[in-house]
Amino acid sequence: MAAAHSRLVINMQGVDKVFGKFKALDGVSLQVHEGEKMVICGPSGSGKSTLIRCINGLEDIHSGNVSIAIMDNDGGREARIGMVFQQFNLFPHLTVMQNLTLGPMRVSKLSRSDAEKRARICLERVQIPEQADKLPRQLSGGQQQRVAIARSLCMEPDIILFDEPTSALDPEMINEVLEVMVGLADSGITMICVTHEMGFAKRVADTMVFMDEGKIVEQSPPEKFFSAPESLRCQQFLAKILHH
Amino acid sequence: MKRLILLLISLPLVTSCSDQWGWYVVDPTTKSGLSNLKFLLSGLEQTILMSFTAIAISMVVGLAVALPGMAAAKGWRRFNRVYVEVVRAVPILVLILWVYYGLPQLMGISIGVFGAGVIALALSDSAFQAEIFRAGIQSVNRGQYEAARTLSLNYVDTMRFVILPQAIKRILPALGNQFVYMLKMSSLVSVIGMQELTRKANELVVTEYRPLEIYTILVLEYLVLILMVSGVFRWLESRMQSDER
Repeated sequence: MAAAHSRLVINMQGVDKVFGKFKALDGVSLQVHEGEKMVICGPSGSGKSTLIRCINGLEDIHSGNVSIAIMDNDGGREARIGMVFQQFNLFPHLTVMQNLTLGPMRVSKLSRSDAEKRARICLERVQIPEQADKLPRQLSGGQQQRVAIARSLCMEPDIILFDEPTSALDPEMINEVLEVMVGLADSGITMICVTHEMGFAKRVADTMVFMDEGKIVEQSPPEKFFSAPESLRCQQFLAKILHH
Repeated sequence: MKRLILLLISLPLVTSCSDQWGWYVVDPTTKSGLSNLKFLLSGLEQTILMSFTAIAISMVVGLAVALPGMAAAKGWRRFNRVYVEVVRAVPILVLILWVYYGLPQLMGISIGVFGAGVIALALSDSAFQAEIFRAGIQSVNRGQYEAARTLSLNYVDTMRFVILPQAIKRILPALGNQFVYMLKMSSLVSVIGMQELTRKANELVVTEYRPLEIYTILVLEYLVLILMVSGVFRWLESRMQSDER
């Protein structure tokens, strides 16, 4: 299951990120391989979100190096990275369909009909094909987050980043989003997911990462991570969140 | 609003019983009254043409000044600050005089009254429009920029399709305010001889010596014009109802 034999897509070396006096990332190195599913957890303020935001350039790094490269038939190129946010960040003035076709039409220069065709396929994948003409505010939180997932899929990403995708949802809507994410994981896409949904992590993760105070404290396959975590901080953290 | 307009139009009838009023000067049933009335209304076209042109220009310039105000580079932000502070500090009347009498001398060109009026009004308004646009754009959630960025949209597309539609919806009341303000300020261009509503009234007062009636008509002209503009903005607002939760 671990993707040790496949190629490296993300390589972070000694990345530092500082907000004022606060050191959000402290010499973080991380390798992600093609097709790997990585789940990152840790207490709030530990740098999880900052880490994935450094991968897609939403945050500038102060030192270190991040390379995102993927090999395809034409040789190497920069990997396309999609992102799903905690707060969905759908465009509220656009319909679901317009949210999905904006990127493909403006960036990938697809025609409207091609973009809509692609959008319908993506909406099928998140199981809400019937909501295409609604505005985001007419949808439930779970549906909105699934639209957000579909929107990033429409850009045909090589890697998809999830930043606490279920944290802003009502409890009864968490599963519908997680189911979509499990389906996505099965499709073979490279995934990095910041989440506290440990049931989900056990189902899909190849690699578990535990962060604390801007450092990666523990990184191991889930079997080892959940049964025999090495560091005391990770043990304490897991004890707290698994007892719910 | 209809009731208000009716009330205002009936004002001359009600007041005609008083000794101070001499409505004959604009009485449409007499030949001279009708021609006076037509003379007063003949300024309407110039007022509308000039202010609408100036407002259209000032919105484009205002947006162009607002965007650098939010740039990462300090130089751009400074340009925005200097433009807004300097232009905003000049009284409109002074700007009109400066543009009409000063600019031709400075540039060695001649601009007509209409051109000078449009330039002065647009220039003055653009500083205010810039601040309105900046406020609107800054009110849009950061997550919207981040979502646009993760879709690889460029700056222009992000502004055009994501940020501005949301910002404009929020600043519509402020834009309406500014529109009304500029319509009123266009009366100042009468000082350089622009044949608009106020100038026409002034000229008629000089020949007829009935300032009370003539300026009352002038007040009504602006009032009706502005109520119509307000109506349009209210309609726009209700059409662009907030999509946000």
